[in-house]
Amino acid sequence: MYRYDEFDNQFVRERTRQFRDQADRRLRGDLTEDEFRPLRLMNGLYLQLHAYMLRVAIPYGTLSSRQMRRLALIAERWDKGYGHFTTRQNIQFNWIKLEDTADILDALADVEMHAIQTSGNCIRNVTTDHWAGAAADEIADPRPVGELLRQWSSLHPEFSYLPRKFKIAVTGAPNDRAAVKVHDIGLRLHRNEAGETGWEVIVGGGLGRTPMVGVTVRGFLPQHELIGYLEAIMRVYNLYGRRDNKYKARIKILVHEIGHDKFREEVEAEYASRPHPSTEVEERELKRIAAYFAPPAFESLPRWSPAFEEAKLSHPAFARWAKNNLGPHRVDGYAIVNISLKPEGGIPGDATAEQMRIMADLAERYSFDELRVSHAQNIVLPHVRKGDLFAIWQALEDTGLAAANYGLAGDIIACPGLDYCALATARSIPIAQSIARRFANSAKQDEIGRIKINISGCINACGHHHVGHIGILGLDKKGEEFYQITLGGSSAESASIGTILGPGFAGHEVADAIETILDTYLKHREPGEEFLGTYRRLGAKPFKEALYATA
Amino acid sequence: MQLLRNGAVVSDGWIDVSADGEVPTAGDVVLSASRLLADWPGLSERTGRLGVRLANTDRPEMFQALLPRLSLIVLPFPAFNDGRAYSIARKLREMGYAGELRATGNVLPDQMQFMLQVGFNSFEIGDRFPIEMWSRASRQMSLAYQRGLFRRDAESEIWTERHTDAEAWLEQPHAG
Amino acid sequence: MSAVEKGQLITANRLRDGIAVFLTTSGNWSESIDEAVLAVEPEAAAALEQRAREDERKTIVTGSYLVDAERRDGRVRAAHIRERMRALGPTVRTDLGKQAEGKGAFFAAPEGE
Repeated sequence: MYRYDEFDNQFVRERTRQFRDQADRRLRGDLTEDEFRPLRLMNGLYLQLHAYMLRVAIPYGTLSSRQMRRLALIAERWDKGYGHFTTRQNIQFNWIKLEDTADILDALADVEMHAIQTSGNCIRNVTTDHWAGAAADEIADPRPVGELLRQWSSLHPEFSYLPRKFKIAVTGAPNDRAAVKVHDIGLRLHRNEAGETGWEVIVGGGLGRTPMVGVTVRGFLPQHELIGYLEAIMRVYNLYGRRDNKYKARIKILVHEIGHDKFREEVEAEYASRPHPSTEVEERELKRIAAYFAPPAFESLPRWSPAFEEAKLSHPAFARWAKNNLGPHRVDGYAIVNISLKPEGGIPGDATAEQMRIMADLAERYSFDELRVSHAQNIVLPHVRKGDLFAIWQALEDTGLAAANYGLAGDIIACPGLDYCALATARSIPIAQSIARRFANSAKQDEIGRIKINISGCINACGHHHVGHIGILGLDKKGEEFYQITLGGSSAESASIGTILGPGFAGHEVADAIETILDTYLKHREPGEEFLGTYRRLGAKPFKEALYATA
Repeated sequence: MQLLRNGAVVSDGWIDVSADGEVPTAGDVVLSASRLLADWPGLSERTGRLGVRLANTDRPEMFQALLPRLSLIVLPFPAFNDGRAYSIARKLREMGYAGELRATGNVLPDQMQFMLQVGFNSFEIGDRFPIEMWSRASRQMSLAYQRGLFRRDAESEIWTERHTDAEAWLEQPHAG
Repeated sequence: MSAVEKGQLITANRLRDGIAVFLTTSGNWSESIDEAVLAVEPEAAAALEQRAREDERKTIVTGSYLVDAERRDGRVRAAHIRERMRALGPTVRTDLGKQAEGKGAFFAAPEGE
């Protein structure tokens, strides 16, 4: 894992001091709210429905045990004992006081963390594959580039007042777990026939009011050109992105309105016109960073672990968890553990301070001290010996973290919705809970198989509903909540935007509707076909008929 | 309107004829971009210095040939969160412009350091904040990760510091 | 049968801790919507707004705005669900927030009475 050196430390300390000064000025009345708002947002402090909310960056979703324990401490000391992991691999604390915030930022700086640029019209936390460095299908670990981009984008003087927020995602694997095609910029690593690697640069994807799949502007950009090329993209966006209407201000609208070819032309012209200095420093910096991400000291283990196989035979619940919640590791004898933060009846993505500490302990003992946060709001122990899996599962069972629903109907992405969020138009969490309860029967959940159900409480789409195989969008109809269902979305390498199925539903009708949709899938699927495959083969018709014909 | 240059309030000797006013035969004048381009041949004969007031929709490339003859470029911040002028400023500096680069409009103390870093060196400020706040707010970060920024004394670039023996990027003059 | 009083109340967030608060008859800010003063006449609503702006200048609260609401049996219910949620606290965590502290008006429940 990356460790701060004296420069990174000083940078974050100065930034915290700066925020302390700004917050003091606000509390004294030297700054108006209008003047202070952009300053606090640049440090992740929102004013939400019930209180201030602090969003802490978890760069490329990677945490050490020490950092996770510090999040637990913050939850206990300054919040109400819990935190919420978000779809951008961050964590949010819901009950923060303005007068405590600088102290919290200091506590974060102690463990090499911050809240810089977790809000505002700037380059946000860079996200990546939550299996990075562990996945069997990976070309290279994308996190060194994630760290390079974290540094480059931090307090970038030219790009801190963009037309709108800007999200970058990076993947080093062909199976896209980082949703790179629905980010403002997505970077996907390729290897060419000569064995060299290069970045596919995808621009203009995004969700929100106008969901779009991004377009490739460069197919194979050499690593050493990355920063310069990104600067050119950012400059074109900063100069020509729309500022007259915040709903048309994301880069996807610019790309769409001027056209892919014209956009590419502008970027290439800008890139060519910039002074082209040596990129030696960037290359050396990346090399320096990459050394921190060297693989841990894996043992040489047999692929097959007798202890693991025996435990599965004697404990069916463990066997089910192992079947659903493990990912293939690139090293024999190891597995990737996906801890579901979606217990039945729970709040997707929420974890108590105690649960955070348990997960930190498990990571320290069994996973080389590393944890990951996934964009699906789960926690990952990336490097676990198969022989240790049973012990981990038992510990998870004891603390309510052993839900065996990873990637299944109960593993629902949901934004905080109207229960917490000032922008929301409807609640998300109770809808997620009602669906999870409906599919609590594990046999039925297993029968349905891999499915992504995503819920957003407003059109801003923090719950990624557009790219859910089943998406649910909560809206406000004359002051009351109602929910629109979309089908066929995907954030994977064959990304697609879901299509609205028909008229919306009241909150208490949603679980029934989802069950009807999934029963229709079970009826029509071919052997081995996942929900998305059936939908793509048959289209919306059978689902529409099942859902609306009886009405 | 006060003018802040090199950390001190100074008087502004420039005559603003960016609207329709008559261009005086002598003295330092600031013109609109369209007037500058239209009247260029005549203007270049004048003895006084020339400045231009750009809109943040003007393309800096249009002024490439004129840059050596310009002594002042004024860039607007219609709102503090309209960040186009940051890019225009940095691009003008990359294009070799070495004269005064002035920020006007909704310029606030907490954004001033970013402006200095992209090459602004004078600021039209209101009286909303005391001068001490401007100088304090503009010196809160002594480090930046990005390279090729304008730096004042006691400010440094992290990547450059980490790799001091590497080849230099683009040495920027200290903005003062 | 009790009378229903319809009008507008003014709400804001307390600057120091961000908690949603409501202006009361005594001119203080309460965490309970039931204690909010309800302006029936437009002039009264304007007076509430002015009072809130003064308290914003004094850095007591921030982001004040008027909300349509009604009072029945001493209980206050905002017209819009968003405001009912603010008055109530998160419906998925009844163990904390205004509900747990006894400050969340039951009348505010999003499902209605």
